[in-house]
Amino acid sequence: MHTDFTHTHADDEAAVRAVGVTKTYGRGDSRTVALKNTTFTTREGELHLVVGPSGCGKTTLLSVVAGTLEWDSGQIEVFGVKLNGLKTADITTFRRQNIGFIFQQFNLIPTLTTVENVSVPLLLGGTKRTEAEERSAAMLQEVGLGDKLTKRPGDLSGGQMQRVAIARALVHKPRLIICDEPTSALDSTTGHHIMELLAGAARAPGRCVIIVTHDNRTYGYADRITEMEDGQVKQVYANGALRDFIATHR
Amino acid sequence: MYHLALKMLMGDRAKYVMLVGGLTFAALLMTQQNSVFQGILSWTTSHMRNSRASIWVVEKNVEQVNETKAMRDTDVNRVRSVAGVDFAVPFFQSILQARAADGSDKPIQLIGLHAATLVGRPPVMVAGDLERLRLPNTVVIDQLAIQRLSIGRPKPLGLGDTFEINDREARVVGICRTERHFFGYPYVFTSYDQALQFAPRQRKMLSMILAEPKPGLTAEQVARTIERETGLKAFTVPEFSRATIDFIWRNTGIPASFMTTIILGFVVGVAVSGQTFYSFVLENIRHLGALKAMGASNALLARMLLLQAFTVGLIGYGIGIGLAAVFGYAVLPAGQPPFLLDARTMIITAVAIVFICIFAALLGIRRVAKLEAAIVFRA
Repeated sequence: MHTDFTHTHADDEAAVRAVGVTKTYGRGDSRTVALKNTTFTTREGELHLVVGPSGCGKTTLLSVVAGTLEWDSGQIEVFGVKLNGLKTADITTFRRQNIGFIFQQFNLIPTLTTVENVSVPLLLGGTKRTEAEERSAAMLQEVGLGDKLTKRPGDLSGGQMQRVAIARALVHKPRLIICDEPTSALDSTTGHHIMELLAGAARAPGRCVIIVTHDNRTYGYADRITEMEDGQVKQVYANGALRDFIATHR
Repeated sequence: MYHLALKMLMGDRAKYVMLVGGLTFAALLMTQQNSVFQGILSWTTSHMRNSRASIWVVEKNVEQVNETKAMRDTDVNRVRSVAGVDFAVPFFQSILQARAADGSDKPIQLIGLHAATLVGRPPVMVAGDLERLRLPNTVVIDQLAIQRLSIGRPKPLGLGDTFEINDREARVVGICRTERHFFGYPYVFTSYDQALQFAPRQRKMLSMILAEPKPGLTAEQVARTIERETGLKAFTVPEFSRATIDFIWRNTGIPASFMTTIILGFVVGVAVSGQTFYSFVLENIRHLGALKAMGASNALLARMLLLQAFTVGLIGYGIGIGLAAVFGYAVLPAGQPPFLLDARTMIITAVAIVFICIFAALLGIRRVAKLEAAIVFRA
């Protein structure tokens, strides 16, 4: 019997709140501190970019916020649920119910059709196969791939594969969508299409999108940008500061 | 999710074929070798199916049915006098030389039956008349004897033809069907008295005594009574079969030889299937990590891996058993090598295949259980 995490809410508008999070890899001489007492907040309805040089801790921050990686210390709260207190099985359930993932390498299963790939989160959540495939087909229609339902990932272009990944991330209506470099493998035009889809998803009520990226072409879609350096948040940009940051990095 | 697990498995054609192939080979090797071994073991007890009797009385030091230690002729009457014995008859068995038409000597298994009752007679007569064994110098031969003793003849040995056993003329009055003997020699049946004429004379000639219990008594009860009252050894059919097979296990290298091949099949199955399935898991590790990130529990992923392993196991088992059966059908008409594919052999192979599948799946499950879902975020 798993806990239902689908109707939890934070007291304020914070969708994700990470406070004083530290994460180290390795031991002894090979010990590396990936996150140093990092604090990070995302609000509902936001498309939040996390940027910074390679090795600054962006992906580690994304991994601990998503509950896919254990951290050493600090508090993480997602939609009012304190992840610190949860058992591994409960964190898995929480992810299944609340988080959609989009990966840099798409991570579509090559032997499954697009509909079957998209239906995975629904099937994991207990939806019947027929219903899952109907809803997946409708989702693929929404991302413009209605004519590719029975194709396998190997038959699709990079942009089409990323749209399948977006459909898979959205099909079970998660509240938090976590994206790791979603446009890095795509050309400029396709990258903009993908960002438009993600920006649209972020505007849905009670939802937010966090994107880790190096791609400055995506900055214009952000509601907030967190810049990281050496495992810590260097600066958070919103409103006017955000516009200045985008102008500087165009 | 289970249908997707199967599609993931079967979608990777090369791995799928290799997994099924490895398990098929293991199942075929284990089943075929075990069946040949069971066939050989069944040959060791064919005497008891070719000369049927409920109780086999032998000299007290005899350990198995193919062994003869002669008893006194008077022992037949001692057994007949035991309470509970319905009847008891003398029985002769020995390996003698028969001469083929080309002058070569061929070993035969000579069986001497009690002339009045013909107890211990062959189970199936193909031609001729068993009753004519009561005439002098007559024999009933099996089909293997026709094949072996027809060398140098213009046509195969048949009814009315003669050949020599130990320099004495034997005339064929019947042809029977028998189960092949462990030593591979053809069966030649004659009367007990005639058998004593064919065989070189010795002080004691009685090989065995065949007996039946009186109605209402079991063979086992009467066998124990015979042992107690005569000091001879008496076996029921199951007891004699067990003693013979135990003897083969203890005193020959046959079981060790077959067991080595069977174990080899098992080890090959474990190695090929374990390695291939583990490599299949490793190749899919990012996808399994993605499933884990999306909320698949370790238990679900373990069940998916078990389903995949048992699916290839079931298919490999089916094909392996089928191929072993085809082998059996191909060799049975020739009678060589012996082949006995029974339910026990199939169950033993099934258990071995289940073990291989569990082992292969556990390798993958262990890897997946340790897998951090965050692997999907790494380049």
